[in-house]
Amino acid sequence: MHRVIILATALLCGQGASADVALNVGYLSVEAPRPPTLSNLDPVPANIGLAGAQTGLQDNLTTGKFLGHGYRLTEVEVAIGEDPLEPARDLLQSTSFILLDAPAETLTAIADLPEAQGAILFNTSAGELSLRDTECRANLLHSLPSDAMRTDALAQFFVQRRWDDLVMISGSYAQDQAYAEAMRRSLKKFGMALSEEKSWAFDADMRRTASQEIPLFTQDLGDYDALIVADELHDFGRYVLYNTWEARPVVGSEGLSAVTWSPVIEQWGAAQLQSRFSEAHARDMASQDYAAWAAMRSLGEAVTRTNSADPDTLRSYILSDSFELAGFKGRPLTYRAWNGQLRQPIAIAHPRALVAQAPLEGFLHQTNELDSLGLDRPESQCEAFQ
Amino acid sequence: MLPISKHVIAGGTAFLLCSTTTHAGEIWVTNEKDDTVSVISTETLEVIQTYETGERPRGITFSKDFSRVYICASDSDAVQVMDPNTGKILHDLPSGEDPEQFVLHPDDKHLYIANEDDAITTVVDVESRKVVAQIDVGVEPEGMAVSPDGKVAITTSETTNMAHWIDTATQQLFANTLVDSRPRHAEFVKDGSEMWVSSEIGGTITVFDTATQTEKAKISFEVQGVHPDRVQPVGFEFTEGDTHAFVALGPSNHLAVVNAATYEVEDYILVGRRVWHMAFNADRSQLFTTNGVSGDVTVVDVASRKALKSIKVGRFPWGAAFRP
Repeated sequence: MHRVIILATALLCGQGASADVALNVGYLSVEAPRPPTLSNLDPVPANIGLAGAQTGLQDNLTTGKFLGHGYRLTEVEVAIGEDPLEPARDLLQSTSFILLDAPAETLTAIADLPEAQGAILFNTSAGELSLRDTECRANLLHSLPSDAMRTDALAQFFVQRRWDDLVMISGSYAQDQAYAEAMRRSLKKFGMALSEEKSWAFDADMRRTASQEIPLFTQDLGDYDALIVADELHDFGRYVLYNTWEARPVVGSEGLSAVTWSPVIEQWGAAQLQSRFSEAHARDMASQDYAAWAAMRSLGEAVTRTNSADPDTLRSYILSDSFELAGFKGRPLTYRAWNGQLRQPIAIAHPRALVAQAPLEGFLHQTNELDSLGLDRPESQCEAFQ
Repeated sequence: MLPISKHVIAGGTAFLLCSTTTHAGEIWVTNEKDDTVSVISTETLEVIQTYETGERPRGITFSKDFSRVYICASDSDAVQVMDPNTGKILHDLPSGEDPEQFVLHPDDKHLYIANEDDAITTVVDVESRKVVAQIDVGVEPEGMAVSPDGKVAITTSETTNMAHWIDTATQQLFANTLVDSRPRHAEFVKDGSEMWVSSEIGGTITVFDTATQTEKAKISFEVQGVHPDRVQPVGFEFTEGDTHAFVALGPSNHLAVVNAATYEVEDYILVGRRVWHMAFNADRSQLFTTNGVSGDVTVVDVASRKALKSIKVGRFPWGAAFRP
């Protein structure tokens, strides 16, 4: 009967009352200006990321009620133009655990706050490689894959399919440039290079002229196996497909993409997470939602196994060999001890189906095949985790 | 289950093969992505019937007298009751949402059903066709077991990573025990003195002492040439007398043979791709495994621990059950 009493208490604490172990998790989103795109077909949901954190919270609460562990989510939004550091400081007064949706430079600024020392922050939104490299912070973990993990996944796919003659069109925004740079790095890593590159410089409305413009624009790329599009804001890329001069597949930001998460993932029990999510939020789960969910569940898993809400205890557990997160990707997810990046398989998908999942067969690694994606220990210049 | 004759024990593989002909029966396999069940003759090792079911059939079990077969039609949100002689659906049972797995209580009357999407275990009376109880469990309940004396039922929850212990007299939880990541299947063994739970992502089987609900042993697996992450224990079944467990290791495409006394792995057997669940024939001389990705069933000779044959069934075979 003792267990039943615990259960009752746990249920109460799920609603925020006192628990044996209680974790308040902050969610801080810093709104960034979004440049206009040619198409309005896919508006970015207002609760992107946050919805994933909420589903993760529900999962944690259900588990916690059997153990006397309570969880709470405190949400803070920073509007465009406002200083994010002040609200971050305030939030750090009430919790040491924060999921962050912010640009790279804001992430490091928050991580550098005196109030944030000893806290556990999760980057759920920024793919920049530098955050896992020279700009890493000991208190900043990354549940979102780096851009390099995604471009490495595609590069493995190119090798496997023998698509080694590649060309690229890149957009002009910083995110496009970062993606293009990550792609060049990945191609080099797997022994390939671009035979031709072009920048997207048009400002015409491609919904009317794509069929006329793109064939001409791609004509001088010559022959190639696949065309890479670096268009992370999804501005022009969607109009490239089926309009190229040569009949070739389009990959990268459009067409065949390497993504953290996609509605087409249904294997490995993922259908359950997808349906749980879409029932709660009336939309599909996006990559950023998945990253926030994974961060929330990482904390939950650590609390479950350590029976503690102490940041140091949780951080050591999360970075230890004992930690493993069942993340609906077919194998356990763990954190890289050298830069705090969540190791994970990367889906290679088009909007209608999963095509492959990286690491692909044959890409071996001396310790963990997942480390064939992104910055491996010897490559990373991150020193904060030593 | 029919007892093994002394002849069979004394004889070799050849004898075992002959013996199956005297105990002919059927293995029923649910095909998750075909909405059918395939019926395999244990005598000819061929599919002799295919019957249509509701959407996404997964868990499958027979009533004690084998006059009815219960099928979890997950996406139809129902447990279907079929006449196994005609393949006709007799009626549906209320099951709660998304029933995945279930277990029939020894009283032949109560089904304990895991409702994967709802974090609930539903108890249904198969005679009155009414829901008797709904029990809150962890996220994504899946594995279901009931003790031989019928007093304890188990639900494992995949994302909560627990075995939930249900007192069947009160339909209340009396214990919740943590296991490794993504528990998938549970079984009571050795007259109910032990309860085993497989953890797919954790890559282990946890053995509990039933009386105290404490961990007694943990079994790990290692398949040569396969990364440990891909060695994922899911379904398992025991040989006669509970001396050995045959454990499906998912995407490693192998079965493990575990000595149930020492908890050591004695053998690995290569079967089809993404091996899920399994069922024995009448005298437990042959084991039939469902291989989700390759869409077939592997027949394993239990004595020699060798795969004998692959039988093509429907798309994504999932559950398996035997009837004489």
